Amino acid sequence: MGEFGITQTVLGADEIVLNMGPQHPATHGVLRVKLKLDGEKVIGSECIIGYLHRGVEKIGENRSYMQFAPYVDRTDYVAAVSNGLGYVEAVEKLLGIEAPPRARWVRTILAELQRIASHLVWLGTHALDIGAMTPVFYTFREREEILKIFERYCGARLTTHAFRIGGLQYEIYDGFEEDVKTFCRDFAKRVGEYEELLTGNRIWLQRTKKVGVLTPQQAIDLGATGPILRASGVKWDIRKAFPYAAYEQFEFDIPVGENGDTFDRYLVRMEEMRQASRIILQAVESIPSGPVMARIGKMIKPPPGEVYHSIEAPKGELGYYIVSDGSTQPYRVRIRPPSFVNLQTFDTMVRGHLVADVVAIIGTLDIILGEVDR
Amino acid sequence: MTDEKNPQRQKPNETKRPETPGEEKPAAAAKAAPTPPPKPKGPGPEPLDNEQVRRLRARFGDAVGEAYLDRQQAIVFVARDRLLEVCDHLKTAERFDFLTDLTAVDRYADEKRFEVIYNLYSFPRNERLRLKVRLAEQETLPSVTSIWGVANWLEREVYDMFGIVFTAHPNLKRILLPDGWKGHPLRKDYDILQQDADWVRENLGIESGQ
Repeated sequence: MGEFGITQTVLGADEIVLNMGPQHPATHGVLRVKLKLDGEKVIGSECIIGYLHRGVEKIGENRSYMQFAPYVDRTDYVAAVSNGLGYVEAVEKLLGIEAPPRARWVRTILAELQRIASHLVWLGTHALDIGAMTPVFYTFREREEILKIFERYCGARLTTHAFRIGGLQYEIYDGFEEDVKTFCRDFAKRVGEYEELLTGNRIWLQRTKKVGVLTPQQAIDLGATGPILRASGVKWDIRKAFPYAAYEQFEFDIPVGENGDTFDRYLVRMEEMRQASRIILQAVESIPSGPVMARIGKMIKPPPGEVYHSIEAPKGELGYYIVSDGSTQPYRVRIRPPSFVNLQTFDTMVRGHLVADVVAIIGTLDIILGEVDR
Repeated sequence: MTDEKNPQRQKPNETKRPETPGEEKPAAAAKAAPTPPPKPKGPGPEPLDNEQVRRLRARFGDAVGEAYLDRQQAIVFVARDRLLEVCDHLKTAERFDFLTDLTAVDRYADEKRFEVIYNLYSFPRNERLRLKVRLAEQETLPSVTSIWGVANWLEREVYDMFGIVFTAHPNLKRILLPDGWKGHPLRKDYDILQQDADWVRENLGIESGQ
């Protein structure tokens, strides 16, 4: 589909091949893109990935279920809490147990905080790529507050390993609710401030509107999930379709776009941040009391069989497919990475645009190469 | 380095504690007998015979193999030679318009070594279905890229990691590992410390990547 096999292709008189990355500030990591250009217009592209491949799935087969949990944090390293949530829930499903309500509430709160943090990184860097220098300073300021909450909760800021199979390792600390509430109340104003900087900004509009359009049919065919799918007008969110953690308890809306362009994806993510803080405020008011760990064995030995469990990670559908042979180590762990699958839409989005738009499109995909390459 | 030690370190652990349900306190030992370990609660596979499977069986006959529910998730085996037909039918008639994931499992002890898994989802029905195909080491599979575009990279990854060849794929080449790499790491006979030493020496100029 996308690949045009540069080595075999005979280039036309006006055509050139431009290499971008793997060391390029706008590729958000080690993504390499080969662009086939006609003048300054992109007529074909090929993504070359794998520079960060660490064989996470192979490692999973050689670790016990508990030992593997910290590894998943290192796939999408700006949303470690979401990765951990998907993994522990998948193993719980495989075991046939459920975390106690209190644990599920706390998981929901932390996962939504993580969604905000991940979107803030996206917003800051995406705007920076396009040339808006200011937002990144503000978004990282707010992200810092979230990371402080994570740090006070579990001692780590990025690769948190916040959850355990069966619940949580730690009770929430004294003042957790207050910290979270203070952040959320403050944050509602902040999103407005970001929007003031960008939403009506003429340069921002020119750089994002009608750039990287993905129709709903294309999005579904190419397997796009998360904000990318929703911006194309498909109202689908795993938190609603297959509720997990405690999401069915809370009210929230799923924002959708109309045009499937970079601007709509921006709007969808902005609204998602507001909805996330709405979920957090509801959750933090109603954390049930009780234990935070279910009774599980010290040795985790799921009965033979398999399970697929997916969650709505900040980037899209993050799925874990785990096959158990009844031993202490998984027989196979498959991580269905949203970034990897979403990156495949890049070629469709980029064709017909200018080289400068390539940067905007990579930014709007919100990929994390640690997750693309695993 | 830790990789090497770990399997050995784990084995004695395993034998020391034979399937106790993990009561931490010795006081609970008396209680341990009546409370069964989580094992029986663990949902095992149960046969699946719903409308949809019956419709598939009526249409494709023997090409539809066993069907079962595992942890409430539907799994249907399909014959390799009619995979494309079944997929096409599932997409158009049964409206499984979304291929969530495509992956494989290496069951090297079996006669047909590989199991390729197609994880389907239907937006209109909000339902998932897992199709499975078994194939031997030398056998190939038809590519489903013509049905779901997303299969392009996913099939490339399966090819890269397992060495399964998909026929009629538009661009079947390695995706995560370098093009010249030898071996397919997610096969069970590929050791975790194994690497393509020649490639490492040639391209990185070092003796070993470990």
